Amino acid sequence: MKKYTFTEKKDTRSGFGAGMQVLGQQNPNVVALCADLVGSLKLEAFIKENPDRFVQCGISEANMIGVSAGLTIGGKIPFATTFANFATGRVYDQIRQSVAYSNKNVKICASHAGLTLGEDGATHQILEDLGMMKMLPGMTVINPCDYNQTKAATIAIADYEGPVYLRFGRPVIPVFTDADQVFEIGKAWMVNEGTDVSIFATGHMVWEAIQAGEQLEAEGINAEIINIHTIKPLDEEAILKSVSKTGCAVTAEEHNRLGGLGDSVAQVLIKNKLVPQEYVAVNDSFGESGTPAQLMEKYGLTAKDIVAAAKRAIERKNA
Amino acid sequence: MEIEQLEKVASQVRRDIVRMVHGCQSGHPGGSLGCTEILVALYFEQMKINEENGKPVFDMNGEGEDLFFLSNGHISPVWYSVLAHKGYFPKEEMDTFRKLDSRLQGHPTTHEHLEGIRIASGSLGQGMSVAIGAALAKKLNKDPRTVFVLMGDGEQQEGQVWEAASFAPHHDVDNLIAMIDLNGQQIDGPTLKVMNNRDLGKKYEAFGWEVINIEEGNDMAAVVKGLYEAKSRLGHGRPIMILVHTGMGFGVDFMMGSHKWHGVAPNDEQLAAALGQLEETLGDY
Repeated sequence: MKKYTFTEKKDTRSGFGAGMQVLGQQNPNVVALCADLVGSLKLEAFIKENPDRFVQCGISEANMIGVSAGLTIGGKIPFATTFANFATGRVYDQIRQSVAYSNKNVKICASHAGLTLGEDGATHQILEDLGMMKMLPGMTVINPCDYNQTKAATIAIADYEGPVYLRFGRPVIPVFTDADQVFEIGKAWMVNEGTDVSIFATGHMVWEAIQAGEQLEAEGINAEIINIHTIKPLDEEAILKSVSKTGCAVTAEEHNRLGGLGDSVAQVLIKNKLVPQEYVAVNDSFGESGTPAQLMEKYGLTAKDIVAAAKRAIERKNA
Repeated sequence: MEIEQLEKVASQVRRDIVRMVHGCQSGHPGGSLGCTEILVALYFEQMKINEENGKPVFDMNGEGEDLFFLSNGHISPVWYSVLAHKGYFPKEEMDTFRKLDSRLQGHPTTHEHLEGIRIASGSLGQGMSVAIGAALAKKLNKDPRTVFVLMGDGEQQEGQVWEAASFAPHHDVDNLIAMIDLNGQQIDGPTLKVMNNRDLGKKYEAFGWEVINIEEGNDMAAVVKGLYEAKSRLGHGRPIMILVHTGMGFGVDFMMGSHKWHGVAPNDEQLAAALGQLEETLGDY
């Protein structure tokens, strides 16, 4: 298996902040908006260097979405930022009408997604956001895997025409992708080529998948691991190419098993190539307070859960 | 444009409204008729619009021109008619209102690329936020033009309106003129009965806006005067709110005086009666 190491752990939201700082320097049309969470969204550097291009919206997310849509009228590229639950569920109709249906070039940048938000608990732990956002026609949905990829994705979406939902998280995690990577929206990222099972992971689950791959290798199972950072548009070609080789699949996401990456992959398989698929996802429940690590363990989102799912998938393949 | 000429345009717009709504047997004539003076005055007298050879030149960014957003999108008929007569698109297209494959959708949208429209609206409470964003973009672009947005009074019951109302004065959005169609009606009855808005003027003043009233919202001269008054107050750090006192269904006697005609189409007989009260001035589509 391809070897992945890390020398530091950083939060993906800091990757976003670093990407914003670069954008502030390079793209005069980028405007950042926030709903009373600039520290959490790591916007301090951007704000310090571009005070005239930052808009504090206060705890009024619906208005923030509308103002963002309006800012595009005049050529600005708004990056509207807050926690993922406030950036989606809370303002769904606003995104639907003023951004998606109106085809506005707004980038909705959502931090603290999923269980790893931690102790704040279920009211803040959105597990339905990928589903909600992917169901909007014209919306691009991206969930990068580490600090470097989040930074690259942030920069890439500024040059991309159309509404985008960019999702990242709170806790520090290994930095294992290249600092100078080229981020290609919509292109699945081959993490490790394999033959026995296809593991499609997104966001925080990619590192878990890598660890799962190492555990599987120790047991003689050669897993192909693919980072699906772009949930929509989905790289169907890469998915089908992989399962044609391996014959079974595991999907892994920090999200409800309903309506997320798993269901997107399942739709591709059911229309093109039926192979057994196992889900690693939250089993249709809300989260709760706890440390990120405890929560991932309790809700079944760790490397060992991916290992178990891979074995189940292989067993079903061979049955 | 002279008041008399503006009134002629308004008469034709009213004919278009009742014909459009009748033509597909759905739509919202009441609010459309009530807002005819304000829309005509905006597009034919007040707003600076980019033109070439006497026709508007429309692009999404609208740099160097005034912008108008319709937040209460259900009154699309009056907006479509005004846009057509202004020259944004052929007036014959009004015949396709709300029909399959039409660019004139039931509620305004950018989706079919109808010239003149910059945001979809219909789900209430969102338009003022968008207008504020566009006004901020103008400031960032050092574009001195003005942004206008019209809302309904029932619409003031949507919470997002008050998020926007807080935001605009806080951010000194003083290139923005917002207007409310104060017809006192909504779907389930008078606004007083459904959800009392109380004193909207005082509310907006408390939020930091400069408020003016156009008491005779269906008197073209008063509307034109009120718009100039509002315009003169821009640029001093505060957004302007105009409360336009209108009558729902104004211009067609049986459509006035109640909420009944908010979203009901006239039948053949009612259409004929309505057209009998409205002079054809610019030619029916």
